[in-house]
Amino acid sequence: MALSIAIETVEQVQIVRLIGDIDGATAPEAQAAILPLASPGCKILLDMSGVTYMSSAGLRLLLVVYRSIKGQGGEVILAGLTDDLKDTMEMTGFLDFFQFRDTLAAGLAALL
Amino acid sequence: MERVDAYPTHVIQGYKARPGKPLPFGATFVQGGGVNFSVYSSHATACTLVLFDKGEQQPKAELPFPEDFRIGNVYAMTVFGLDYENIEYGYRMDGPFDTREGHWFDKSKILSDPYAKVLGGRDIWGQQPNWNDPYMHRSRLVFDDFDWGGDKALEIPAEDLVIYEMHVRGFTRHATSGVKFPGTFAAMRQKIPYLKELGVNCVELLPVYEFDEFENSKPSPTTGETLLQYWGYSTVGFFAPKAGYAATGKLGMQADEFKTLVKELHRNGIEVFLDVVFNHTAEGNEQGPYISFRGLDNKTYYMLTPGGYYFNFSGTGNTLNCNNPVVRNMVLDCLRYWAAEYHIDGFRFDLAAILGRDPLGAPLANPPLLETLAFDPILAKCKLVAEAWDAGGLYQVGSFPAYGRWAEWNGKYRDGVRKFLKGEPGMVSEMAQRLQGSPDLYLSRGPTASINFITAHDGFTLMDLVSYNEKHNWANGENNNDGGNDNESWNCGWEGPTDDPGINALRRRQIKNALAMLMVSQGIPMILMGDEVGRTQQGNNNTYCQDNELNWLDWTLLESNADLFRFFKHMIAFRHAHPLLRNRWHFSNRDYVGSGYADITWHGTKAWSADWSDSSRTIAFMLCGKHAHGGAQRDNYLYVAMNVHWEAHWFELPGLPDGMQWHVAVNTGAPSPDDIWQPGQEPLLSDQAGLLVGDRSVVVLVGK
Repeated sequence: MALSIAIETVEQVQIVRLIGDIDGATAPEAQAAILPLASPGCKILLDMSGVTYMSSAGLRLLLVVYRSIKGQGGEVILAGLTDDLKDTMEMTGFLDFFQFRDTLAAGLAALL
Repeated sequence: MERVDAYPTHVIQGYKARPGKPLPFGATFVQGGGVNFSVYSSHATACTLVLFDKGEQQPKAELPFPEDFRIGNVYAMTVFGLDYENIEYGYRMDGPFDTREGHWFDKSKILSDPYAKVLGGRDIWGQQPNWNDPYMHRSRLVFDDFDWGGDKALEIPAEDLVIYEMHVRGFTRHATSGVKFPGTFAAMRQKIPYLKELGVNCVELLPVYEFDEFENSKPSPTTGETLLQYWGYSTVGFFAPKAGYAATGKLGMQADEFKTLVKELHRNGIEVFLDVVFNHTAEGNEQGPYISFRGLDNKTYYMLTPGGYYFNFSGTGNTLNCNNPVVRNMVLDCLRYWAAEYHIDGFRFDLAAILGRDPLGAPLANPPLLETLAFDPILAKCKLVAEAWDAGGLYQVGSFPAYGRWAEWNGKYRDGVRKFLKGEPGMVSEMAQRLQGSPDLYLSRGPTASINFITAHDGFTLMDLVSYNEKHNWANGENNNDGGNDNESWNCGWEGPTDDPGINALRRRQIKNALAMLMVSQGIPMILMGDEVGRTQQGNNNTYCQDNELNWLDWTLLESNADLFRFFKHMIAFRHAHPLLRNRWHFSNRDYVGSGYADITWHGTKAWSADWSDSSRTIAFMLCGKHAHGGAQRDNYLYVAMNVHWEAHWFELPGLPDGMQWHVAVNTGAPSPDDIWQPGQEPLLSDQAGLLVGDRSVVVLVGK
């Protein structure tokens, strides 16, 4: 399944809405879309509620994004992870790095 | 700057490629999005890289290595444009089929890469494989960029370790474990607080290298259920963690899940040892399957008789040719990989005596493999532990080539303590050696050469050791012929479970006695998963094939045997609290700090006079608190009295320095909770001149 990426800005938060699968095939385009948003003090909310599957490459993309944003003193929050995705991230250690919220609204509130 | 070799030079079967690098062996990501494939064979005449889409029965492409891609005996090719995550690869090798000469080449077979970092095909434990699959164990690619944070191997001093030997799946598979994904690395991570509470600081995992649980599977004669290869002492892939032990194995993420477990164990102060099996592989004997080595380079990887048959020093059909220089390097590469890439703290080598045999099976005086491992810079801080015997009759407990590095599973400790525990005569002198870290075996190597254990996966559990005289292995389907007969066990008066309160009380006491002996012994203690809660295998002493309640830890035992768990917890804490029990060097039997007491002194029912006669079943010793760690540390004085006689005995106590008094830390003859006291809360002994040690009981006193 392909991945669609939409970006909007609410106040100073940039919301990246990801819909579809993030795997070896789609991770490069997701990375190309998200990494340019990282800037000093940026606030980025990744809306994961439409992500149905993440492969190993997908998880690595998230960590690269995290490192890049953190490296510039920015903040990133994951919102709306499905239970399956949250389990996978938890068991493979990726979740340890992230702040996450159940809903987009909660994520937005945490960043504002 | 871009590299020139990031560009392909050839097109092979529609894939862009270029000559590869021979090192490292295996499949490696390289610049420009390529994958470098490198594989070795000293006798093959041609090699083909076979590519599959994940899970597909038929290959999607077969890329013969052009002759100019071969360097020496290594076939190396970089292939571009592969979908890393959805590709599986293997090799076809052409060459002679002449078994008398040791050659088994068959180009109809697709072979796993011996350096595969992940293998597909057994992604979910126990899920029936497709038996018609032309390629059962499929090499895959894996990302090796795990984010370890600040983690590294813990490097706990060897003398401070308390090892917990455990099975990843058995630990949490039982329905009572209360975890989300039972039987997995992730579930084990959830149970780390339990290990911490128990107080162990090292887990030794039964094999976690990829193996085939369906190897030799068959129905059980007693229950009809399928008997599986449960223990896993039969390696399919030396570099690949077992996918079936990972909840994320179906997603191919077993490497990340296992690393996350190791990281979390380290964060909790717990080291990770792997039980590694380099003595044989899952390819079996002449009737066995082609998985990898047999078809890649049989004559190099296996020890063969002059007639071309497999030597069977492992008791499982074949024997890995460990002192062939090529195989030796593979073993070294493998261990380096686990130490560097997975932060593993130590390795226990199954049937390690085989690692010291030459290619025709003769024991070597100076085995190159063992020496190489001992002096390797990457493995320099890893603990190396040998199971110092093999199935071919080589028994090296006390004489394993150690190079100042190797420790041993001390089989003589296990047997000696078991005999003493059940009250056999003539055991007091040997017991004194075992309690001191077996200086009779390891005089120049120190007590940490001795891994002390009474039970291990192989044999009875501790509860069964005191509940059965004989093995009861009918469920294994081998007419009760499998498993050892020299168990040195004693059922306390009735074979198996009983309602007799006297027998049950005695069994619990014997369990506590055994643990107390283990925890006051110099050397490195190892306990078996579940012994702390009285786990039983119903008398089965060889549960290698039982993926069921015989092996799974029943977590309700934590309540029903709460007194045992409490005793274990406090006894382990007692060991951690007293450096006197954890000396790096052997006792010298003299006073070298001017305390007026030798570092260790022997006693019995009379102070200062041990009864060493054959009929003696009592022994006591005192450790001088000013001699801990060669006098570098101060500790309390310790006194241990062991009475394995069936009658109580009065033990006269040695006097303490002025101002000190004896306090009771342990008395297995007393009912719980008076059987053991937390460090610092030991009650004062009422009569400082002596005490009555009950029948079959151990008492430990603290002088302070």
